[in-house]
Amino acid sequence: MHTYYGNIHALKGISCTIPSGDIACLIGANGAGKSTTLLTIFGVQRAARGEIRFKGHPIHRLRPEQVAVQGISQAPEGRQIFARMTTLENLEMGAYLRNDKAEVASDMEWVFGLFPRLKDRARQLGGTLSGGEQQMLAIGRALMSRPELLLLDEPSLGLAPKLVEKIFETILEINKNGVTIFLVEQNAHMALSISNTGYVMETGRIVLTDSAAALLKNEKVKKAYLGE
Amino acid sequence: MGNGEFKKFIIYSLFLAVLILPMVGFPGTHFEAKRAFIVWGVFVGVLALGMLNQVVRQSGIYQKTLGGRHSVSHRVSKQFKKIPVRHWTLMLLAAVAAYPLLANNYMVDVGITCLIYIVLGLGLNIVVGLAGLLDLGYIAFYAVGAYTYSLLNLHFGMSFWLCLPIGILLGAILGCVIGYPTLRMRGDYLAIVTMGFGEIIRLVLNNWDSLTKGPNGLLGMAKPSVMYPAFSQGGLEWATYSLKSLHALYYFILLIAVLTVIGVRRLDQSRIGRAWVAIREDEVAAELSGVPTTWLKLLAYAMGAAFASVAGAFFAAKLSYTNPNFFIFMESCIVLCIVVLGGAGSIPGVILAGVLLIAVPEVFRELQDYRMFAFGLAMAVMMVLRPEGLIPATRRKLEPSDIETDTIEELEESYQAVDSRT
Repeated sequence: MHTYYGNIHALKGISCTIPSGDIACLIGANGAGKSTTLLTIFGVQRAARGEIRFKGHPIHRLRPEQVAVQGISQAPEGRQIFARMTTLENLEMGAYLRNDKAEVASDMEWVFGLFPRLKDRARQLGGTLSGGEQQMLAIGRALMSRPELLLLDEPSLGLAPKLVEKIFETILEINKNGVTIFLVEQNAHMALSISNTGYVMETGRIVLTDSAAALLKNEKVKKAYLGE
Repeated sequence: MGNGEFKKFIIYSLFLAVLILPMVGFPGTHFEAKRAFIVWGVFVGVLALGMLNQVVRQSGIYQKTLGGRHSVSHRVSKQFKKIPVRHWTLMLLAAVAAYPLLANNYMVDVGITCLIYIVLGLGLNIVVGLAGLLDLGYIAFYAVGAYTYSLLNLHFGMSFWLCLPIGILLGAILGCVIGYPTLRMRGDYLAIVTMGFGEIIRLVLNNWDSLTKGPNGLLGMAKPSVMYPAFSQGGLEWATYSLKSLHALYYFILLIAVLTVIGVRRLDQSRIGRAWVAIREDEVAAELSGVPTTWLKLLAYAMGAAFASVAGAFFAAKLSYTNPNFFIFMESCIVLCIVVLGGAGSIPGVILAGVLLIAVPEVFRELQDYRMFAFGLAMAVMMVLRPEGLIPATRRKLEPSDIETDTIEELEESYQAVDSRT
């Protein structure tokens, strides 16, 4: 698919497949087009050419709210939570498209089980949470729509190493519950170590595709992204 | 309080002198020292009083005399908070309903104006306060309502009640028309475009002589009337009662205002209201949560415009006259001030600010020359002291059915446990 920001050709023809039930990750430097890829999948940015299929159905012509109905959800980059809403209200917004109150409540319990810290902060305004808590909230909110595919944009951004580990453990746990995960990360080591498949992106193109384990051993990746 | 505070006080006073002396010192061509220094003195006096208060507070006299108890104002407000909100609302409503019986005609007229602006403020509150879209041309929809009723009534003799839905619909459609091209804009750009739109409407009304009679305006619309069953010789019949008296008009706009409050409140608490707040907080995140942002932003414009249109129709009917100069940019500003001053998104705030901004200038009519000055000063002071508005909006409490009640009860218990420990 191709995506433009005005005249800027941001995604120059990328192609990737995420097998159901897997964790796939997309790694790359700043400005490589990772976030654009996620926003394009969701329909926030339009794909100018090419197509996006989810469970065999084309979704590249759908608006974001229609994509959300399909069973995809996204935790945006930089912890974009609703600052002047409480934690509970933020989570409720994640379930905006759902009408089954009882199940929403049980899903909220599940999210609270994944992130017990959020339960303690349930009535606190989102903007007053710490960075790590906000990231948990963003992921929790994305889970509240009960997605089949969860798109995570830089969940480790700006977090302490210990918290990053905690978040990635939780991501694995979410995956064990049957949620397919597409992870966009700069923290390549962490991302590759929990993923099945990895894609490496450079200036709008995917330059490498392999199993995550193989990428971890790849000399080029080691040099460029793993700092070894 | 250290020397620093004292120094600050001196500097502020001198700064004020530089600002105020030339401004109020020249009513004509001569410098009137007495007049200028009196005004300056009042300001400096207020500043000094504030400083004195701080000194007393810091010296700990309050604590000593009260034996460590909370201050009087704290205890009073605590007592007041025990009265449920419902009772406050009822008391307020009773007071507002009794107001015309105790006031003279002029005061009732001011009351009507206040209520009109409250309706406008509440409508704009949807757009600015809830959805977070800055709208500087809001008064255009007020004009649409006024002119829709005027034209339909004058040309086709249509009644107020028939024109009202048409005006609402037209307002809502125009709201969408202005909303659509601005969907991708934010902040400053949005403000400029909406401001332009407001001026376009006014200029069209001003220049379309054949339809609107231009700056002369339209004259002679009928007052709204209501039907009521009456006993006459022929038995039970419907009689019409024209709402001509000021008192009748007052109660009529009061009814509109109450309905507006109820309507806006329900919108605020609905799914739609929550989605608007989400858009205000973060549009991309709202989109990712599955909120149809395009549609909801248009809806916000349409709803806001609909309320303004109702107010406009009433305004034209009340005066039986309308002209384009009622709808200048300044009016948009005043309505926006009401929303910002009251606290964006807060219904009681908007009501309070509406009364303050409309009634207070009427009370101090002699000081008319200073009105804009006071306006600006009030806004500046507000931004420093209460940037969230007079009565900041509090997000609603969650309905218990939204999440498992156990969870909340558990939470509440744990909070109480923490409270009792501290």
